[in-house]
Amino acid sequence: MKTTGIMIVGVGGQGSLLASKLLGNLLTAQGYDVKVSEVHGMSQRGGSVVTYVKFGDRVFSPIIDLGEADYIVSFEKLEAARYAPYLKKGGRIVTNTQQIDPMPVITGTAEYPQDILEELKNLGCRIDALDALSLAEEAGSAKAVNIVLLGRLAKSFHIEYDAWIKALETTVKPKFIEMNKKAFDLGYHS
Amino acid sequence: MKKLMIGNEALARGFYEGGIGAVSSYPGTPSTEITEFLAKYDDIYSEWAPNEKVAAEVAFGASLGGKRSLCCMKHVGLNVAADPLFTLSYTGVNAGMVVCVADDPAMHSSQNEQDSRHYAIAAKLPMLEPADSDEALQFAKASFKLSEQFDTVVMMRTLTRIAHSQSIVTLGEREEAPEKPYEKKPEKYIMMPAYAKKRHPVVEERMKKLAEYAESCPFNRVEWSEDKTLGIITSGTSYQYVKEVFGDRVSVLKLGMINPLPKKTVKSFAQKVDRLVVVEELDGIIETFCRTLGLEVEGKKLFSPIGEFSQSVIRKAFGLKEPENVQLPNPVPLRPPMMCSGCPHRGIYYTLSKNKITVIGDIGCYTLGAQPPLCAVDTTLCMGASVSGLHGFNKAGEGAFESRSVAVIGDSTFMHSGITGLVDIAYNQSNSTVIILDNSITGMTGHQQNPTTGLNIKGDPAGKIDLEALCRSIGIERVRVVDPYNIEECEKAILEELKAPCPSVIISRRPCVLLKYVKLNAPLEISNDACRGCRKCMKLGCPSISFKNGHAVIDETLCVGCGVCKQLCAFGAIQGQGGKVQ
Repeated sequence: MKTTGIMIVGVGGQGSLLASKLLGNLLTAQGYDVKVSEVHGMSQRGGSVVTYVKFGDRVFSPIIDLGEADYIVSFEKLEAARYAPYLKKGGRIVTNTQQIDPMPVITGTAEYPQDILEELKNLGCRIDALDALSLAEEAGSAKAVNIVLLGRLAKSFHIEYDAWIKALETTVKPKFIEMNKKAFDLGYHS
Repeated sequence: MKKLMIGNEALARGFYEGGIGAVSSYPGTPSTEITEFLAKYDDIYSEWAPNEKVAAEVAFGASLGGKRSLCCMKHVGLNVAADPLFTLSYTGVNAGMVVCVADDPAMHSSQNEQDSRHYAIAAKLPMLEPADSDEALQFAKASFKLSEQFDTVVMMRTLTRIAHSQSIVTLGEREEAPEKPYEKKPEKYIMMPAYAKKRHPVVEERMKKLAEYAESCPFNRVEWSEDKTLGIITSGTSYQYVKEVFGDRVSVLKLGMINPLPKKTVKSFAQKVDRLVVVEELDGIIETFCRTLGLEVEGKKLFSPIGEFSQSVIRKAFGLKEPENVQLPNPVPLRPPMMCSGCPHRGIYYTLSKNKITVIGDIGCYTLGAQPPLCAVDTTLCMGASVSGLHGFNKAGEGAFESRSVAVIGDSTFMHSGITGLVDIAYNQSNSTVIILDNSITGMTGHQQNPTTGLNIKGDPAGKIDLEALCRSIGIERVRVVDPYNIEECEKAILEELKAPCPSVIISRRPCVLLKYVKLNAPLEISNDACRGCRKCMKLGCPSISFKNGHAVIDETLCVGCGVCKQLCAFGAIQGQGGKVQ
């Protein structure tokens, strides 16, 4: 099997590490060779963050380069645009519609681009956009944005629903399982 | 059993399986988690040392005392540990000892991208370099035996993309380390000239033996392809990028032991291929080695010594096609990392920036105060350089700078190497003002305990260094503590201490807002009626505050109610329960 690449992108502190952990557990349980690469340290302080998840028969490079990602899961829409050049032709972007202003926008030296998702669609990207923040809040916690988005990713993914739920149960803390299941379902059925 | 692990966890597991008895380290991205994972094993001794030099010396002492020992650090930490390292090469070890160093090409979280392989060459020590988590585990496990076999410290080099990438490892059993009782051996352990002169030949002889060993070392392997037109010599992550691009279509000499390099193996590989290319990140060390063997080789002609590689870098170097991708018509606004909402450093930086004070900075989260809109930091060099740098700056100013320059340094960084700079200030008498940003944790590397927190690496009660008493004890008479959430208090203290006719230390004390025990206040709100749109609050660079339709707006999901902005607003437009400085 050819290697599949998923990029998880967002703003430091949005929970991308948990999402990649869940994917790692899911894909390992399916018997794939898996590599997950993330960067710790300075970039986590509210900066743009990216995690690479790759799986297949044999994975070599832990990172994903321009034009190589099969999926991009984005926790924030500006980040979806930032990393869109990494998307493979025909790849899919699952993105939260939430807007988080970066410091240059806050200080007024840059503008947050309007209609950014429309622009990506016009460039030929397949976009699955959803208000994951509202769905996460509906599930019980704004922090579950990551799980809502994975639920939506699961919909267009070849691995069956039950395997995702099992991976979720082994990844999140017991007291948060029910809330996260709800978040996953809300994403899955959105 | 198979498991998905980041390289750092795999290294920890490997050292554990290899019979480690003691680890002493100083945190540094991307090396920190190795020691954190080792601290979870209760049958070994683990600690955070105040700095890397101390850590290396503790590890040496532990080796002497009979325990297989380790110290871990980031690449720049090795500069600090270099002093013991070079002479440890002469003494050798008792029980096995490993120095693990993590390089950070592309400087994801570092101030330079030095190549640690130079240290192994300069100190004449063997160095291993894994290319994924499973190799990390296997190499770490074998490293202590190698150390004991050749009576040498072994260096383990890792890279950000190894340290922080997860891949599947096979777990094994922990091996019992052989007993190595301490024996007094002056000629081996006392490195004064008479003995050191006798040890240097031992070092040279050992390197010859290690070079022979490298020829048969199981960590060096050739992966032959049927096609021998191109042969690539590589190691570490570069190996993965080469395989990603070429698969089995080229022959590869994959090196796991990167010092000393295997002459015969390299020569024999080179002879069998038409074109020899070395793919190595950072400096052209393997390439230079090939040239000393008289081989025709390409390396840095094709690859930059700057930054990290990827499969795309390899494709470009070999003129291969890049995948098609989307091109954005307009650049996307940058999203640089920044100080968190409620970060206790913000109030101090605002005050320094407002008063146009020259700030000699240091290494930690607080380097982020250099960015707009605060732009409060003038320099960042290395751990501890703020305090000593300020002293030199003030001496150069011959009295002109002392009333408008300060050093800022974190609690952990101060304990690491700021204290010696302060000793210089006290001894050689500059009228310097040092601000210790005491957030009660080592922040940037992800919350490690340090000598000022009163807790050890396992979170258990430990000795606690009293910063005020420490500063006073070396002769700094003016030591005061401020709450950085109180802007007025900060400004008063800074201006008074700058004016004072003797050196002073201001301790800005409030725990990191990300610490779990810190109680957050309710988010603040802005009254649109009262807000005049003066943008004064925007000068804080707080991620919670933005400006929309002529008014400041607070993001209630981010605001932790620190109340610093509330103190700045001249119109009382910022409201809420937060901001009561307690």
